[in-house]
Amino acid sequence: MITTKLKKAPVRTALPEEILLQIEKPARYLGNEVNAVNKDRSKVSVSFCMCFPDVYEIGMSHLGIQILYDMFNRREDTYCDRVYSPWTDLDKIMREKDIPLFAVESQDPVRSFDFLGITLQYEMCYTNVLQIIDLSKIPLRAKDRTLEDPFVIGGGPCTYNPEPIAPFFDLFYMGEGETQYDALLEAYKTWKQSGGSRKEFLEMAAEIPGIYVPQFYDVEYKEDGTLKSFTPNNVHAKPTITKEVVMDMTSAVYPEKPLVPHIRAVQDRVVLEIQRGCIRGCRFCQAGMIYRPVRERDVERLKELAVTMLANTGHEEISLSSLSSSDYSCLPELVNFLIEECRKKNINISLPSLRIDAFSLDVMSKVQDVKKSSLTFAPEAGTQRLRDVINKGLTEEVILQGAGEAFDAGWNHVKLYFMLGLPTETDEDRRGIPLLAEKIAERYYQIPKDKRNGKCQIVISTSFFIPKPFTPLQWATMHTPSEYLGMARVVNHTMREQLNQKSLKYNWHEADVTVLEGVFARGDRKVADVIEAAYRKGVLFDAWTENFDYKVWVDTFEECGVSMDFYTTRPRDLDELFPWDFIDTGVTKEFFKREWLKAQKEETTRNCRQGCSGCGAMKFGGGVCFENTNAVC
Amino acid sequence: MKIRMQFAKYGRMLYIGHLDVMRYFQKALRRAEVPMVFTKGFSPHPILSFAAPLGVGIESGAEYADLEVYESGSSAEMIEKLNRAMVPGMEIIDWRQIPDDAPNAMSSVAAADYCLTFRAGKGPENMDEYLDGLERFLQNESILIEKKTKKGSRELDIRPLIYEYKLQKGDEPAVFLQVCTGSVDNLKPELVLAAYHDAAGLTYPENDLFISRLETYTNVSSEEGKRNLVPLREIGAVIQ
Repeated sequence: MITTKLKKAPVRTALPEEILLQIEKPARYLGNEVNAVNKDRSKVSVSFCMCFPDVYEIGMSHLGIQILYDMFNRREDTYCDRVYSPWTDLDKIMREKDIPLFAVESQDPVRSFDFLGITLQYEMCYTNVLQIIDLSKIPLRAKDRTLEDPFVIGGGPCTYNPEPIAPFFDLFYMGEGETQYDALLEAYKTWKQSGGSRKEFLEMAAEIPGIYVPQFYDVEYKEDGTLKSFTPNNVHAKPTITKEVVMDMTSAVYPEKPLVPHIRAVQDRVVLEIQRGCIRGCRFCQAGMIYRPVRERDVERLKELAVTMLANTGHEEISLSSLSSSDYSCLPELVNFLIEECRKKNINISLPSLRIDAFSLDVMSKVQDVKKSSLTFAPEAGTQRLRDVINKGLTEEVILQGAGEAFDAGWNHVKLYFMLGLPTETDEDRRGIPLLAEKIAERYYQIPKDKRNGKCQIVISTSFFIPKPFTPLQWATMHTPSEYLGMARVVNHTMREQLNQKSLKYNWHEADVTVLEGVFARGDRKVADVIEAAYRKGVLFDAWTENFDYKVWVDTFEECGVSMDFYTTRPRDLDELFPWDFIDTGVTKEFFKREWLKAQKEETTRNCRQGCSGCGAMKFGGGVCFENTNAVC
Repeated sequence: MKIRMQFAKYGRMLYIGHLDVMRYFQKALRRAEVPMVFTKGFSPHPILSFAAPLGVGIESGAEYADLEVYESGSSAEMIEKLNRAMVPGMEIIDWRQIPDDAPNAMSSVAAADYCLTFRAGKGPENMDEYLDGLERFLQNESILIEKKTKKGSRELDIRPLIYEYKLQKGDEPAVFLQVCTGSVDNLKPELVLAAYHDAAGLTYPENDLFISRLETYTNVSSEEGKRNLVPLREIGAVIQ
């Protein structure tokens, strides 16, 4: 007998069914993930739409949004929903059919929310930021918005130089979101009841620590195009914005029920953030500076979180997150707990950013298949001299020793990461890259043939160095795309001369995109016009190689009368006022200057645990700066 | 012990593809703390197999999957426990123990029931006429379609793969089809209507149809060439 009973469940979606069936991965736009929150919007006072301006699978993998989503939705008076960049297929349809951008869970128009919060994780998402604002039918520029529009607020690492995108934002939140969002949401409620103007809310917000309102500042330039002054034009605006920091990581909110997407995200696992910041002080690394001081989360709290989050998500893998996991003081205790716990539950452990030593090799051999996994080293530069310039405290001896021990234990895949185009770099430093790889290969072939596991494979990857704000190398000059490719050729050529060249492989990053990222990283407000003009030409998803079109950008800079070289190849004076100097990250410009001069003298600086170098982050009153007075395990 | 579960997929979950449904269940079973049996090795995974993959956009009230567990509560308890770990649009309907030597769900699928309707505002103006035409079409002894293969195309008679049909006229017009399903022969229900449209010179885009799978069957007849279809859950016994 044929069944004829039918249960059809009606669904309200912003996109009609026929569009959902015609686009790639419709689940990107439908929310309904495990642990997603839906609230009756008429019963909350504040609605916040959180955006990651890239495709869903990338955005869903971001820890920061999971933290804020959880934190906002814990508030009874607030509803937080999410939105991601519509992929190019849907982008086209939405423009053709005039469909406004909507949040994934409520399916409500983004424009109906009180806030649109956009996380800025990398510079190459800037055209996507405009896509989000534009498809939401919100005016691109903050000055053109009305009471009908949400307040557009930016956060994340790129806010440490927000100037190239400043005109598109009403506000920026500088630093870690856990601390001041409650104050901002309370201010919003007060303002909403008062029935004030947009400007009045921005003035209230400008008084809150960490909040930057770009339109309350005037910028003046010198004749040579550099900054002359950067001053508040509103009494509520602070001359300096100090970043926000969570001092007690253990009691800070952490998403115990993170979202689990239905389509595979880049990060398809439980992520346990063990600490923030890094003690190392590599001079090129922005994260190592802006997240100072290092603050650890208590190991007992981490154990508890691991168990809870695995139970609430059903993920079959857990990973540790931090800039340098090996520096976490209770790592052996945590890892041993996880190995024990995960063995019982058939859960995989992934351990990124571990320094290769006896402990990590022992742990890795327990949690992964030695034959399939690879070892990763990031010497960053090919010679000791240049590693001293960038203060990368990794020596050839340590690398060869670590690789040797790993080879003896059965590994035969090695990945090496380097940068090209570093300050003071010469061809000798570039040739040093394949020479180091060759030495590693030679170490492998010292193992008697009958004891080794076939051939070894050493993969060298180079990216081109981009000077970032708030690093000691923020004064460095960049190069042209053809110069960058010349550097890569030196590496490639030298590699081919090596005895074991068949065991070596070399990949290098594109040069064009490096230059543009460099412009955005150290750009000023003049760059905003170029970003808007490029967006108007249809430029999107610049972070995706298949979409990146360098020529359009070069043309657009030219048409707007803005020089790319000004931001990249121009030498910067030690006392130049930078567009980001109004931000106080705790680490002082004096410290950066000292470090920049030491870099040129090839002098290294000890890490935070070896001794304090007086960077300034101690003013936050906690973390590694006070470790000796605090109890650690 | 071997378990066969039945679940429904509807609402926003319609747009989740088969591979993602498998990933979803692996995590959902963990959330519900089902004591699953895992494979050995560096990436252990549960022993879980699904009956018949469902296309994106198709609703179903009769999806089946088999898994191995160390122990199980009563069917009612397990259904309740699992439903607490589900998202809207995924619903556990049944949980039964099947014999250890029962063939797995995937290899035992023989047929499925479908309901096909036109989406609101789509389809023919005169539905009765459309259905009368379909009825006449289905009375043919053979229905030949061009089937694309790796080496070009070949002609295939789909009529023997249509086991039963019922055409519903009136306020809620619908086409009910029981068709051959499985890894050997498999007939997608939309192909039946596409063949009718081709023959009658009608053009309706594929996405105008809403398809719902209503039941999935196995063949329990021991006689070669004979059919005795029972829903896949009937192979199992309710755990008290």
